Amino acid sequence: MNHLPLIIKREYLTKVKNKSFIVMTILSPIIMIALIAVVAYLSQLNNETVRTISILDESGLVQNVFKNSEKTTYHILENNMSLEEAKVLSKETAAYGLLHVEKFDAIETVSNHIKFYSEETPSLNLISDLETKLEKKFTNMKLRENGVDVTMINASKIFVDIAQESFKGEKTSKVDSIVKLVFGLAAGYLLFMFIIIYGNMIMRSVIEEKTSRIIEVIISSVKPMQLMLGKIIGTSLAGITQFAIWIILCSILMTIVSAFLGIDMAQMQTPQQEIIQHAAENPELNMKMQDVLNAFYNLPLVNLVIAFVLFFIGGYLLYSSLYAAIGAAVDNETDTQQFLLPIIIPLILAVYIGIFTVIEDPHGTVSTVFSFIPFTSPVVMLMRIPFGVPLWQQLVSLLLLIGTFMFTVWFAAKIYRVGILMYGKKPSYRELIKWIKY
Amino acid sequence: MNNLLEVNEVSKNFANFKALNKVSITVPKGSIFGLLGPNGAGKTTLIRIINQITMPDDGKVHLDGELLNPIHIKDIGYLPEERGLYKSMKVGEQALYLAQLKGLSKTEARTRLKYWFERLEIGDWWNKKIQELSKGMAQKIQFVVTVLHQPKLLIFDEPFSGFDPINANLIKDEILRLREEGATVIFSTHRMESVEELCDDIALIHKSNKILDGKLIDVKRQYKINTYEVGIRANNKESLEQELANKFDISAANFKTLEDELKLNIKLSETDKPNDLLSYLSSKGEISHFVELIPSVNDIFIQTVKDN
Repeated sequence: MNHLPLIIKREYLTKVKNKSFIVMTILSPIIMIALIAVVAYLSQLNNETVRTISILDESGLVQNVFKNSEKTTYHILENNMSLEEAKVLSKETAAYGLLHVEKFDAIETVSNHIKFYSEETPSLNLISDLETKLEKKFTNMKLRENGVDVTMINASKIFVDIAQESFKGEKTSKVDSIVKLVFGLAAGYLLFMFIIIYGNMIMRSVIEEKTSRIIEVIISSVKPMQLMLGKIIGTSLAGITQFAIWIILCSILMTIVSAFLGIDMAQMQTPQQEIIQHAAENPELNMKMQDVLNAFYNLPLVNLVIAFVLFFIGGYLLYSSLYAAIGAAVDNETDTQQFLLPIIIPLILAVYIGIFTVIEDPHGTVSTVFSFIPFTSPVVMLMRIPFGVPLWQQLVSLLLLIGTFMFTVWFAAKIYRVGILMYGKKPSYRELIKWIKY
Repeated sequence: MNNLLEVNEVSKNFANFKALNKVSITVPKGSIFGLLGPNGAGKTTLIRIINQITMPDDGKVHLDGELLNPIHIKDIGYLPEERGLYKSMKVGEQALYLAQLKGLSKTEARTRLKYWFERLEIGDWWNKKIQELSKGMAQKIQFVVTVLHQPKLLIFDEPFSGFDPINANLIKDEILRLREEGATVIFSTHRMESVEELCDDIALIHKSNKILDGKLIDVKRQYKINTYEVGIRANNKESLEQELANKFDISAANFKTLEDELKLNIKLSETDKPNDLLSYLSSKGEISHFVELIPSVNDIFIQTVKDN
């Protein structure tokens, strides 16, 4: 008798009707958005404070270098003041710091003796900003001193923007790469999160059946393999439901919050967005909406969607069956740590390899190799695919993945079948191997 | 076909441990079959094999003449010793789910559950969660779930544990009624008085081997000790006891009497007849008590396990 649909239904309904599941589903996006809003608000506050910087310019060279901006005002002190007086004055006027430029004959000596005094350690941004401005000024002065016409140099500056095109004639750009990166990272991350959250949920539900001792009644009616698959599928469906609600709730809340507080959420700095922003700050690169859209349409969309579904399912089944096996092997959650480590490590490895090597070179040796190894391939391959991976590579990787997941499901079912009826001490790895032979 | 279940030389090994060694039992149709044995003897393994939870390494199991196969899942109802239900699921939903797993349709399951819930007067529990119920209440639900699909074979592992005497009696009556309606019952327990009371047949498993089986009455005959419990009023008890000791194998007995009588267990040899003993005793005094000692299941259990 095929009870799979019945089991899936029960698993799904119990998960979805569970109070803490409902609370989590509704509360987490609210908390997350609230957190983002608070952080955004605070960082905005932080940016709004105006810093005053006193400048004691004995050399008389840097008077015109600094122009007041929204965030910083520069206060040029009287030239006849001593350094000590200047320090006291800066303190009294609550200036952020004091820039001291001494007087020397040679420009090089002046530039080597510039000092910044402040109450606290100054922010890195500020110092590098000052340095850039001073460098520019002194370089220009030195150029003039050496008889070089600065205007001519400025006029001779040429910007290069390499237009990228594949051999097949598809135009790409830096924006393209960024969009691809975002897609790849999002897909890989999503799978990673999904496995961790719902893998754990499966494991807990197996342990629950074991500790409540209902398991013996259930498996006198259904095959353990059916029960395990039902659990995995039911929990995944609940997970998909939760994810969908999260995405919908998040976008609604995001719109509301940004409308009310006027905070631009898109400018929030998350590790991935930093890369984009970094690129966006590059003046030669204009991130126009149109470019982004173009880049989006340039993505191998059909390939992306199909590969996403297949690798997602494959990777998820691979790991979740292992989670189920762990749940079956132990009696309570505290005993799971020892067994969880070996499956968490390849997952984390996959994410890091994905982030670091795929950004560096999506088709390099490391990322290619790891996109074939079944335990890392779902995450790494999903990150690579937006950059265009040859079909044969995708197929080979997928076949390896399917082969491995059939093996792990078989393996997990063996452990599961024996483990669910074993109570008492925590089994060792050697005992687990023995169980396979039962 | 008079036997509902035939287990034929079934063996099962777990790694280095032999859980069952060529165990055979036959359970007649309509009987209550007591499966006995000390802890860890292999009873649970045998029950799990009958339930197709574990597969035997060797040997065959026939149910109603057919080799055991997955179709038989619906023909068996199993109440394991370690009870349990989903704690956070509602009683009704849970019972429906478990019944459907046994192959009942949802509507059929609902009708039958309503009947049983009314019968056991637990109707108002339908929407309660298991964690809100007491242990005994949960056990009742589990009993209902076990018998709901009207299986041919019911397997109860310690069915009375956790019940108060009233509910234990209720469940006992239900088991007997189910037997009347044609079910066959396998009954595994350590409570020998319920074996005595309920079982028609027994099998005793010890250290993975079956060491005894048959009709309870035949087993008792086999273990007959030819001993009679005797109470006799005599003027001189000491001399009478001495006289009897010379003639028979006697030991002190303990039972309640009205007068101060000589109380003895007298074991007869193979050739002696109880009637001869009786007439001999009647010449010595007034007999107030004369009973053949029948070995209890408890005695048989302890003796056989010790001998092996």
